[in-house]
Amino acid sequence: MKKLKYILISFLMLAVLFAKAQTPKGSVLIKNATVLTITNGTLEETDVLVENGVIKSIGKNLTAANVQTIDAKGKYLMPGIIDAHSHVALDAVNEATAPITSEVRMADVVDPYDIGLYRALAGGVTISHAMHGSANAIGGQNITLKHRYGSGNPEDLFMKEAPRTIKFALGENPTRVHGRGNGNQPRSRMGVEAVIRNGFNEAIQYKKTWDTYNAALKQKGATPVPPKYDTRLQTLVDILDGKVIIHCHSYRADEIYALINTCRDFGITNIVFSHVNEGFKVAPELAAYTMGASVFADWWAYKFEVYYSTAYNAAILTENGVITSINSDSGELIRHLYHEAGKAQRYGQLDDEQTLALITINPAKQLGIADKVGSIEEGKQADLVIFEGHPLSVYAIPQMTFVDGVKYFDINEDDNDKRLRVSATDIIEPIFLKEHDHKCMHGVDFFFTNFGRNLFEHGH
Amino acid sequence: MKNLKNILYIFCLLMIPFMAKAQFDGEFIKPRNGKFLLQNATIQTVTNGIIENGSVLIVNGKIEAVGKNLLAGDAEVIDCTGQFIYPGLMDGGSRLGLVEVNSLPETQDFAEIGQVTPNMQALVAVNPNSIAIPVTRVSGVTTTLAVPSGGLFPGTAALINLNGYTPDQMYAGFKGVVLNFPSSARRSTWDRRSDEDIKKESEKAQKTLNEIWERAITYHQLKEANAELQFYPEMEQLAKVIAGELPLLVEVNAASDIVAAIDWIQSKNVKAILTGVAEGWRVADKIAEAKLPVVAGPMLSIPTRQSDRYDAAYTNPGKMAKAGVKVVIRSNDAENTRNLPFNAGFAAAYGMGKEEALKSVTINAAEVFGVADRLGSIETGKDATLFVSTGDPFETKTQISHVFIDGYRVPMSNRHIKLYQEFLERSPGLEKNGN
Repeated sequence: MKKLKYILISFLMLAVLFAKAQTPKGSVLIKNATVLTITNGTLEETDVLVENGVIKSIGKNLTAANVQTIDAKGKYLMPGIIDAHSHVALDAVNEATAPITSEVRMADVVDPYDIGLYRALAGGVTISHAMHGSANAIGGQNITLKHRYGSGNPEDLFMKEAPRTIKFALGENPTRVHGRGNGNQPRSRMGVEAVIRNGFNEAIQYKKTWDTYNAALKQKGATPVPPKYDTRLQTLVDILDGKVIIHCHSYRADEIYALINTCRDFGITNIVFSHVNEGFKVAPELAAYTMGASVFADWWAYKFEVYYSTAYNAAILTENGVITSINSDSGELIRHLYHEAGKAQRYGQLDDEQTLALITINPAKQLGIADKVGSIEEGKQADLVIFEGHPLSVYAIPQMTFVDGVKYFDINEDDNDKRLRVSATDIIEPIFLKEHDHKCMHGVDFFFTNFGRNLFEHGH
Repeated sequence: MKNLKNILYIFCLLMIPFMAKAQFDGEFIKPRNGKFLLQNATIQTVTNGIIENGSVLIVNGKIEAVGKNLLAGDAEVIDCTGQFIYPGLMDGGSRLGLVEVNSLPETQDFAEIGQVTPNMQALVAVNPNSIAIPVTRVSGVTTTLAVPSGGLFPGTAALINLNGYTPDQMYAGFKGVVLNFPSSARRSTWDRRSDEDIKKESEKAQKTLNEIWERAITYHQLKEANAELQFYPEMEQLAKVIAGELPLLVEVNAASDIVAAIDWIQSKNVKAILTGVAEGWRVADKIAEAKLPVVAGPMLSIPTRQSDRYDAAYTNPGKMAKAGVKVVIRSNDAENTRNLPFNAGFAAAYGMGKEEALKSVTINAAEVFGVADRLGSIETGKDATLFVSTGDPFETKTQISHVFIDGYRVPMSNRHIKLYQEFLERSPGLEKNGN
């Protein structure tokens, strides 16, 4: 018995060691910074001590032995920026073969070598929500990434503590791919709503068959035949059970309102609307029934469903009590989300704290990780950025970016070439004139070759 | 007497429809010209330093006077205490007005069919009533170069002011013929052509370019010799470039292409402006040596090569300016041309400096486009195309208070602002009549 206990304990210790060994955690003391805590105001000339990847203490005149000290006098320290809608570090984006593909997982296509991760770090972004595209009404399951750039193992990027999330999409994209592209439902916003409702109803039936089976199993001597396992439907069941957060690509007020009603009918409260250009038109409903809206600062008119947009969207939503974040959906824009957030001051004059929340604690709430990241608080993970200049100023320049207390970007140590590996096929390094910035429809262009390439110049 | 009464009665009846018309709610504010005195501002003249506590007098579309203690006379006084006056910002390249909704071909008027269409006039296709125009000008961007795109010679770009109801009312006095110089770069990260295909296409385009140019030279020579020529509108337009009447706007980005373009321009001895120049920093000395001005941007772009520093696009204009190149900045956008000042802000932060960045979107642009006698700075006699702001216009949180274009005070409103006014506190809100 005692022996067994020892064995068990040593196993447990091994497991702990193994878990610890998975991703690096750092310790650092940042001195004399103007600390933008987000949740507790601005602290002048303040020190932040990080131990083993976690914020240990915040205060004046902190000391620590054997820890690297960084003097940040005159500089700003803010929590790592969080992007609630990104496609950085993904090999594939759309599984555009059916209106519902909830069985698909973005965790399977994470590319840890994507230089986009480093560029995001150089813009102070420490966490991104790597999402499936918007081709399907119900798309694949997303993965929340911590930008631990340098590892070749995709799993090292996963934020394992983050809850599961899934991509939904409304409006032009799913109706174009399935209705106009393939001649299948949905072809209209009626169809999109029906596809989602039918999916949930089918999931309820599926759950019932398993409940019946499990109940039958408990009968003595029973030998029931198990139902066929279906990842697609099981994922929808998990949504209904509140285990998965929906992040829904959406633009128009009518489609947003329709999905809010669908979710209310099925008792779903874990839903965030993404892009949501016309969210401002249904701001009271978004505030009352959802986990908020993740918007662009000023993108509009790239397609018809965003023609009646306003750059004041983030301000209107915030003033109406909607949890609001600013996302990138772009490998270019992710590099200056602090500037994108600042636009909510140009358009709607939000105060600094409201504005910084758009890229920190608010997206953390929408990803279900606000207890771990998104603000500078003792006990939270040490994802931090040091800025020269206030981060909402157009002249701000990120200086250092830390994930779990480990420094992944330092402007003074930046080598020109930060690629982790060079492809053998790139004998001549390709020159790209622009990032294809709007990636939501990545991987579905083969449906539309006859539409002309301009369609995809702006095709979130 | 009774007759008069009847006439009055009939008159009143006739008035009824007019009275009914007057029952619309709200007043529509139109751009209006007149005499305005902008008082007590910090004036950033760009060309003559900063004037504290200064005033600008606007009369008949022009800047009548700039200085301290100007008398208002019968001018409408606008108090600008604590505020700043800047010349209107000029975008060196945009699609504003040439497209309404990007994905809808029905609204795309920036590209024509064919490789050689230099006679296509962007100015003709500018929609003065585009919803994006008032959205842009309230940011202080008053003047943009409307640039066509597409083939080798896609058309002729035109400089426009963002006020007016016809393209001619908007025209700001500069045109240039666009040449998409044969490119060895990929259009975007989605461009999946093989290296070989890119090379082949580039070589083919280079061959076409040289053939077309030879033909244009011949056309021009025959024309000069008063030969009777068949109607050939494409050559007619290119002959204007050869004659030095119009410059070429040479879109070129990869370093090796820039060098090739410089050689080509020098060998053809044409007046040219380089545009795009994403990798200009790699060959900045060569550009400076060739004394070619550049229109660079947008700064808010990814580096052209994965091995480049993350900030290569931010630092590009600063590096070129330091090498002695005259730099103009462009947004290369359409509906978000309003982001021009932020592009300039990034350029300023990453090495260009605020003063040079301001020049690049004002006086440099005016000089490069040959309109510095009318635009680009706050000087007596220039067009009253300027704006008032609460601070540095590149700074994100700064509010723009007034915009004047050609002396017209344009309304500080647009659809984005109207939607804000309607929906900030929606009525009904969540509940309607208590339900």
